[in-house]
Amino acid sequence: MSPRRAHNGGRIDRSTTLRFTFDGTAMTGHAGDTLASALLANGISVVGRSFKYHRPRGVFSAGIEEPNALVTVIKGKLREPNIPATQIELYDGLAVESQNRFPSLAFDFGAANGLAGNLFAAGFYYKTFMGPVAGPLKGTRFWMFCEHFIRRAAGLGRAGHEPDTDRYEKMYGFCDVLVVGSGPSGLMAAKHAAATGKKVFLAEQEPEFGGSLRWKSAAIDGRPAADWVAATLADLAALPNVTLLPRTTVWGYYDDNALGALERVADHKAHAALGEPRQRHWTIRAKDVVLATGAFERPIVFPGNDRPGIMLAAAAARYATEFGVLPGERIAIFANNDSAYEAALALKDAGAEIAAIIDVRAGVSIAARELAREAGGELLLGYAVTNTSGARRLREIEVQAFADGKVKDGATRAFAVDCLAVSGGWSPAIHLASQAGHAPQWDEALQAFLPPAPTQPWTGAGAFTGAYSTSAALGDDIAVSEPEIEYEPAPVFEIRPTGKKSGKAFVDLQHDVTASDIRLAHREGFQSVEHLKRYTTLGMATDQGKSSNVPGLAIMAAARGLPIPEVGTTRFRPPFSAVSLGALAADRHGHFKPERLTPMHDWHVARGARMYAAGLWYRPMIYGTGGETVEQAYVREAKAVRASVGIVDVSTLGKIAVQGPDAAELLDRVYTNLFSTLPVDKARYGLMLREEGIAFDDGTTWRLGEHDFLMTTTTANAGKVMQHLEHYLDCVWPDLRVHVTSVTDEWAGAAVAGPNARHVLEACVEGTAVDNDALPFMGIVRGEIAGAPVMICRLSFSGELAYEVYCGAGHGQHVWDALMNAGQQFDIVPYGLEALGTLRIEKGHVTGAEIDGRTSPRDLYLDWMLSKKKPYVGSAMVDREGLVAADRVRLVGIVALEDRPLQGGAHIVERLGEEPRGSIGHITAFCFSPALGKYIALALVKGGKARHGQRAFVSDPVRNRYGPVEIVSHHFFDPEGSRMHG
Amino acid sequence: MLIPCPYCGPRDLSEFTYQGDANRTRPNPMSNDQSAWNAYVYERVNTAGDHREFWQHSGGCRAHLAVVRSTLTHEIKSVAFAREVAK
Amino acid sequence: MAEYSFLSLLRNALSGNEDWKPAWRKPDPRPSYDVIVIGGGGHGLSTAYYLAKEHGITNVAVLEKGYLGSGNVGRNTTIVRSNYLLPDNIRFYEHSMKLWENLSHDLNYNVMFSQRGVVNLAHTPAQMDEHARRGNAMRHEGGDAVLLGREEVARMVPGLDMSARARFPVLGGLLQPRAGTARHDAVAWGYARGADRRGVDILENCEVTGFLREGERVVGVTTTRGEIRAKKVAVAVAGSTGRVMKLAGIENLPIESHVLQAFVSESLKPLVNQVVTFGGGHLYVSQSDKGGLVFGGDLDGYNTYAQRGNLPLVEEVMSELLAMFPNLARVRLLRSWGGVMDMSMDGSPIITPGPLPGMFLNCGWCYGGFKATPASGWCFAHTIARGEAHPLNAAFTLDRFARGILIDEKGQGATPKLH
Repeated sequence: MSPRRAHNGGRIDRSTTLRFTFDGTAMTGHAGDTLASALLANGISVVGRSFKYHRPRGVFSAGIEEPNALVTVIKGKLREPNIPATQIELYDGLAVESQNRFPSLAFDFGAANGLAGNLFAAGFYYKTFMGPVAGPLKGTRFWMFCEHFIRRAAGLGRAGHEPDTDRYEKMYGFCDVLVVGSGPSGLMAAKHAAATGKKVFLAEQEPEFGGSLRWKSAAIDGRPAADWVAATLADLAALPNVTLLPRTTVWGYYDDNALGALERVADHKAHAALGEPRQRHWTIRAKDVVLATGAFERPIVFPGNDRPGIMLAAAAARYATEFGVLPGERIAIFANNDSAYEAALALKDAGAEIAAIIDVRAGVSIAARELAREAGGELLLGYAVTNTSGARRLREIEVQAFADGKVKDGATRAFAVDCLAVSGGWSPAIHLASQAGHAPQWDEALQAFLPPAPTQPWTGAGAFTGAYSTSAALGDDIAVSEPEIEYEPAPVFEIRPTGKKSGKAFVDLQHDVTASDIRLAHREGFQSVEHLKRYTTLGMATDQGKSSNVPGLAIMAAARGLPIPEVGTTRFRPPFSAVSLGALAADRHGHFKPERLTPMHDWHVARGARMYAAGLWYRPMIYGTGGETVEQAYVREAKAVRASVGIVDVSTLGKIAVQGPDAAELLDRVYTNLFSTLPVDKARYGLMLREEGIAFDDGTTWRLGEHDFLMTTTTANAGKVMQHLEHYLDCVWPDLRVHVTSVTDEWAGAAVAGPNARHVLEACVEGTAVDNDALPFMGIVRGEIAGAPVMICRLSFSGELAYEVYCGAGHGQHVWDALMNAGQQFDIVPYGLEALGTLRIEKGHVTGAEIDGRTSPRDLYLDWMLSKKKPYVGSAMVDREGLVAADRVRLVGIVALEDRPLQGGAHIVERLGEEPRGSIGHITAFCFSPALGKYIALALVKGGKARHGQRAFVSDPVRNRYGPVEIVSHHFFDPEGSRMHG
Repeated sequence: MLIPCPYCGPRDLSEFTYQGDANRTRPNPMSNDQSAWNAYVYERVNTAGDHREFWQHSGGCRAHLAVVRSTLTHEIKSVAFAREVAK
Repeated sequence: MAEYSFLSLLRNALSGNEDWKPAWRKPDPRPSYDVIVIGGGGHGLSTAYYLAKEHGITNVAVLEKGYLGSGNVGRNTTIVRSNYLLPDNIRFYEHSMKLWENLSHDLNYNVMFSQRGVVNLAHTPAQMDEHARRGNAMRHEGGDAVLLGREEVARMVPGLDMSARARFPVLGGLLQPRAGTARHDAVAWGYARGADRRGVDILENCEVTGFLREGERVVGVTTTRGEIRAKKVAVAVAGSTGRVMKLAGIENLPIESHVLQAFVSESLKPLVNQVVTFGGGHLYVSQSDKGGLVFGGDLDGYNTYAQRGNLPLVEEVMSELLAMFPNLARVRLLRSWGGVMDMSMDGSPIITPGPLPGMFLNCGWCYGGFKATPASGWCFAHTIARGEAHPLNAAFTLDRFARGILIDEKGQGATPKLH
């Protein structure tokens, strides 16, 4: 057997041996071990290195508060850094690495930092590294040079670059009572709540339920505590209204009793079972919450208190009792309260030798004396540990007399021990309560912060409330036999030997914050608790100061000569303990956003379309025909439209059914132009503004009936326009009798454009004529294509004779195929967004690049659309001085005077100089115009129309493109519109 | 936060879209009183305490709700359909 | 007070660090000052510093209701950049950048400004054009901007999802090389120490409870530490603007207070070198010198003065981060917190005399206040000293909303939750 494993005892399964590796060294443990217990059992004393001084550190605790023993778990190519060894359940094949050491855990260059400890005191980096004020290293250079090395030395574990392929899951839970923690008080709370028929969730962060009862010696109802736990759990598990959640850490307390919890579903296995996620993120909505989160033991600060082998007393007892592992063979106890005496006895019972019990108090309770007698070893009352020695494992402690909060001058005694179990009292785990509401309350007798008064529906139970004993946790109805010890500690947080030079006394072990750092912070005026934290980094490490915050605060209080509560406590923030980012993203890890596909999507892809993400939608950008460049493709497509006919999928346009007796009135109010005058079966182009008078969205709206309109919006603004209409109807004009319904997904749309567009329709539309009389410009007809009902509106974005054909989304592909068939004889060409853009640029139509949320209708020369006959949203503010100022950028056309492409986002200047200066505007959209045979663009330029005919320059320094252009009208092609009206 | 939608029942914050301050009244559309329009569009009481505001149940019934909620504690004090309050 | 330097550090180390003096005094309030600055955050402290340094006005008190730097200067994600679109913003933030570049020397305090670069990712051709437009706008105002192609981004930012299966594939990005991060608390402390060394009184735990008035004119304040009079009273209280201005009878402002959550992961060895922002949502991430990934996203999106957010936003932010960096799923969130932002109606700040005689107002920083700290204080100090705006903040008026001369960087209109 391994050297530190006791021959019997513990709740591990000795019949199952598990293999694991630590820094590549093969070791074994048993089922039920944590990595920490297994390492201790293998005689490993140094598990990690500290953050700043890279000091060797061992296991310090047995729980989530572990500051020292952090490792990286390796699974294949995936690395999970900074996991406390105390939280890792051993499984066969577990592989872990130690962290923050170079080249090895045993020998670490970084430890040299410790030699210059005074230089690296709190806040040292604020006072130096500024570098020279002149020369090549002035400015930020010198700091950045130093920072490069600091960054390498800092940091803990190393994360990998491989994408995490594991699955994470999200679950919503609803219950009457959520009990957090399954120690005696949590089990009782769950039992009581369940008995009333309430739906109960019981969440326990550890793999097993029972909390302190798993290692305490108390007897309940005349039987061992563990038996009582097993029986109670069996009862709970049998109830249909109880959900047991082991390995589930409730980490966040949000508004209205929404709690975040992390369930580690498969972390304790080599491989997750089929269908099992690695972790599950719960949002639990509880009518009531019972916080039974227990308490954290805290250490006493003294010189040399960080050596491997020094650990919290209850943790030492837990290793002995629960895991059958002795944290040392010859152990001393150092305490300021009675609870450590129970630990002493537990360690002795497990087979360790208790060398001494050192207590800063002059007198202790009878129960404590009795425990000390049973545990054996010398009882030194009125003494304190003042120094320790041992390089990679504790070898010896020094003890001196202690009274009135001070170390007495005089003889030093030494004890050769390999473990020192320390207890400085207990701090209730009030984190969730603090997240939920107010500041905690200091309790003088318990020397601890107790939970604040609830601001949300929760109650506290057990050690969380400062009631530390098992009998208090279980209540009066249950007979508990346990030593009647006193939990009130002596108010001693730090041991400061006088005179001689002593070692560093650590408060925050992980961040290497020492007691003298705290006093330095005090000296420099960083005295409020937040300044202390931020200046020294106390409590900012991965353990978030679970065991160090109160001692740190106490040392600051002593320095200031104030009681602890006047120095304050920091507000606890979520999460209570670290949560993987994967769990929080849950099922969105690997599936970030849904994809919206039009009914004709697969056809586009099959035809070689290069797809373009437009918000959540995918739209064809070009249809590639092998070897073409993007420009060649869109020029080919656009030319085909102007020469004969093309077809484009417009299903993504927002579509809103506006229906009801006041539908026309609503449209008159939200559009700048009139819609009430629009005849049935006609469509009109409309412009919407924001209240500020800035252009918001545009599109055509079709009058399908007296009270029935179909509004179309741009693809990008579909949701915003819908919300805009709903807002006005609900909040501003509740008297209007109108319903608005988003029907974007109900319709598939195809635009057929080009001189032969009508012929294509004639070849496939049944049930209606489509000639100029039956279907004039902006007219609407209904008919059928290949048996599917369609609605056709003659409108044009391309400037050609064009029709939008809408049908039910389910018929989309069918109708599209029929249109393609009918178009075959005219060489119909499907075209993508690039060609669509080219055609609209040639026509000077605006889209989102011009309606960019800053432009007014005048900027876009759309003032002809501003009705003078009626008010509309934006009419009151559209004439403000800022919106009519002469220096606003306004829409123009740009023609490149060289045969080189222009690009979106390029700026326009009046003249080119050595440095890019004097922008007068920018290009919003560009293309090669097949109609003009030139590179053209739309631009927003100061002065707008007044510059028509002027020479200017494109200035595009980020793409290094400069060159002459001419500013022209944005109506490049067929300004009279003869083609689309023809 | 849990917002009790009068139509759908209590629902999680994630189903709602905040639609802003409900203390403002839109001026008469015919009015050209620029200070009134400025107050409506740009100015906010920004209450530290019970705040009247609109929420849309965008992931549910899509109704706008007129909510009174504390901006200090996030406690919801009252909820009604915005349509009914506006009438 | 002694200069900080490596030598002073060494000298003090040898004497056991017993001789360090407070970084700033903790004086009692005097009955009157030339200028009172309400708000002991970054902007208030930098204002006091530049009042003393640039304008010789040292009879100044900074009033802080809690501990110095307790607001957003100590709650942000520490990003410093000037990559704006609109000229008024570019000029202002470019001035800030220049002050940042020499700030550690100026303050004799290492604020750890590290010009690691900010990369804004682009995922569609339209976004590339938008980035080009902004980069070009910066270049035309003398700033630095580089448009990166896909391969350059991949080389510069390892770990990014560059695969074809990415929901929003990376096409390129806009890099501002001079942008970076700084140590936020150090900025507050450095300015405090610098102002204090020039004679400014920094009064912590001194909450303003009311304004003293002579007619319309503001002539001082009442505080939890007594009445203090001043010739000029300047307000720089960010998220508390609404509350403080109500004490002066100003009931309405173009400001809403919203909560922005921020997040930090456990410490890791160097992994992310630049500040990287996502174009498929709203997310920014960098890695601190201590090794934590520092990141944030959108506002929670409702009015609040509580420094706490809610879960849906937490989940959204994590999803966005992992959409960018799918290798981070096993990295763990260490801490999250909230700061209250003073969201203006066009997303740009207000630095102006008024709105009452004797009063000066600095607010509307949305969630870009940290990087503005030096220029905000510099311009506000000028405005207070001269009684009128400097050209750099001349556009940041309070009446620009009524006049329609908006500085709407995002083009969202009067919808503060979207700025």
